[in-house]
Amino acid sequence: MKRELPRILTLVTGVFLALQYFVPHRASATVYETLMDWLIIVGIFAILLGIAGLVRLHSGKIRSRQTNWPFSIVLLAGLFGMIFLGFWGQDLGSPFVTAYFQVLNPVQATMFAMLAFYIASAAYRAFRGRTLLATILLLSAVIVMLGRVPLGELLWPPVTIGSLRIPGVGEISDWLVNVPNLAAKRAIFVGLGLGGAATALKVILGIEAPHLRG
Amino acid sequence: MPDSAYASSRTVDLAATAAARARIVLRAASAVALVVLAAVLTALPCARAVAPVGQVTAADTPNDPGRSIDVAWTLSPDDRLPDPGDSLALTVLAYRILRAGPGDSLVEAGTVLAGQASYRDSGVEDGVPTIYRVETVGSDSSLALSPPCAPAVARGQWFHGKKTVLLIFMLAFCGAVIGLIQQARRGRELYVRPIAGLAAVDEAIGRATEMGRPILFVPGLATAGDVATLAAYTMLSRVARKTAEYQTRVRVPCYDPMVMTIAQDVVKSAYLDAGYPEMYQKDDVFFVTQDQFSYVAAVNGLMIRERPATNFYIGKFYAESLILAETGNYAGSIQIAGTDEIVQIPFFVAACDYTLIGEELYAASAYLSREAPLLGTLKGQDWGKAAVVILVLAGTIAATLGWQGFVDFFATQ
Repeated sequence: MKRELPRILTLVTGVFLALQYFVPHRASATVYETLMDWLIIVGIFAILLGIAGLVRLHSGKIRSRQTNWPFSIVLLAGLFGMIFLGFWGQDLGSPFVTAYFQVLNPVQATMFAMLAFYIASAAYRAFRGRTLLATILLLSAVIVMLGRVPLGELLWPPVTIGSLRIPGVGEISDWLVNVPNLAAKRAIFVGLGLGGAATALKVILGIEAPHLRG
Repeated sequence: MPDSAYASSRTVDLAATAAARARIVLRAASAVALVVLAAVLTALPCARAVAPVGQVTAADTPNDPGRSIDVAWTLSPDDRLPDPGDSLALTVLAYRILRAGPGDSLVEAGTVLAGQASYRDSGVEDGVPTIYRVETVGSDSSLALSPPCAPAVARGQWFHGKKTVLLIFMLAFCGAVIGLIQQARRGRELYVRPIAGLAAVDEAIGRATEMGRPILFVPGLATAGDVATLAAYTMLSRVARKTAEYQTRVRVPCYDPMVMTIAQDVVKSAYLDAGYPEMYQKDDVFFVTQDQFSYVAAVNGLMIRERPATNFYIGKFYAESLILAETGNYAGSIQIAGTDEIVQIPFFVAACDYTLIGEELYAASAYLSREAPLLGTLKGQDWGKAAVVILVLAGTIAATLGWQGFVDFFATQ
């Protein structure tokens, strides 16, 4: 029963939610919204489990003086400090909001800013014309990058020779993004949609339930 | 008659004559003024009120949850742009939609600007006959009320008619998948093309065992119900079973606490299936944080400190994908990534050794296990794709030839 009951619940709920999509009646929408509310409530309890696991993990590290255990103190101090400040007050100008905007936001922005340098290093490694496909990738990347900056239009503007018009890098870049690239994206979208539906079907029918084995 | 009497008499006669002449002039001037005024009034077009709308109809809104009625009418003849230079022409400013239930007085349901000939009233009760009247508001503030329409009753529909084609396709797809699963169970051989990223999983786990370093499995940043996360659970189960057999540790930092609870069960079950339940350590599958870049910072720190030999990025990723992949590359890990976020796939392709593109992510379970039901599902996906290709080609031809009926059949709005 330990495995059968979850499978039955999954089957009933999965079939109901799949059919609910086709039923616009208010009764159906009400049940759907209730299920979504339950999901949020379960998620809140799951957060408590997550926090409990986090506290247990790091307090164990502090107790046993594992490598880098002082960072566990910083983590727990930040966790409980923000919880305490949050209970104290969440108005604009309160310590909680000040800590959020003066500490967390700049740190998040720093991580996001590093992305530019990571892109540069990944591009340096990946865009090497060793094979035909890699060369095409390299040229496409150069054209699209140039087409996105004003300098590209200066370096490669549209040129008209008699009745022949050679498009500029901006137009070629737009064509690359909007035609072959978009075609490939749509093809992947179709595959993803069908794959997702098949995966959901496998879980609903109980063909695949990795958390219910053993 | 004495002279004084004659003079007085003459004065009176002259005054009477002047008065008579003044009366005549006054009457003439009045007549002229009346004529002019009549001409002016006749020339002015605002002499009449605005015309009301034509026939008003009301019907239940189709394919909706209820409490909604669509009202339509033919525009007032005065609903037009005035001729250039004719700024005094009578036009329509707006239409006020008025509704009333049985025995109720008219209340305003809404207002629309001139030029609109329909209105969706979303404030009605289900099952109550409701009538509507449309009041035209003219540019001269005149009003004209239409006759009431036939009563309409709002009801919720139990089936969305526009989604019929979706239901047909869904049932056909599910039927094909189930049929192919049955065929696979009966022993039919189903070919699956080689996928480099999946073929490298065993090799990657073996590498970690040889180097004595752990494996890092990142299940993505989506919730537990997301399809990409479901695929991640499947892959995690296979990886965990292999790591149990190879006596290698697998670390699973989780973004979502519900994902953590399910991932713990997945890993525990996998270790139990492999026959090594004692190897399972609860702290190996742990919650980090639900903040995107804080999660990335934590996982990066894990990679730099513990130097895993193999990194798996399976699930839904966003802007942090390249940060994770580049840090893993710096740490010297072999990396296998798979995501359904199309925008992040190029970053994984650039930075990882193997990338599962699109539906290859969902094929992982079938590919790794070779179980008949899973292979049958994979074949069903391929049949679905073939059907989509045929419909796209047919739709392109139909749209080019102007067969709008074929195109409209597939519209869901």
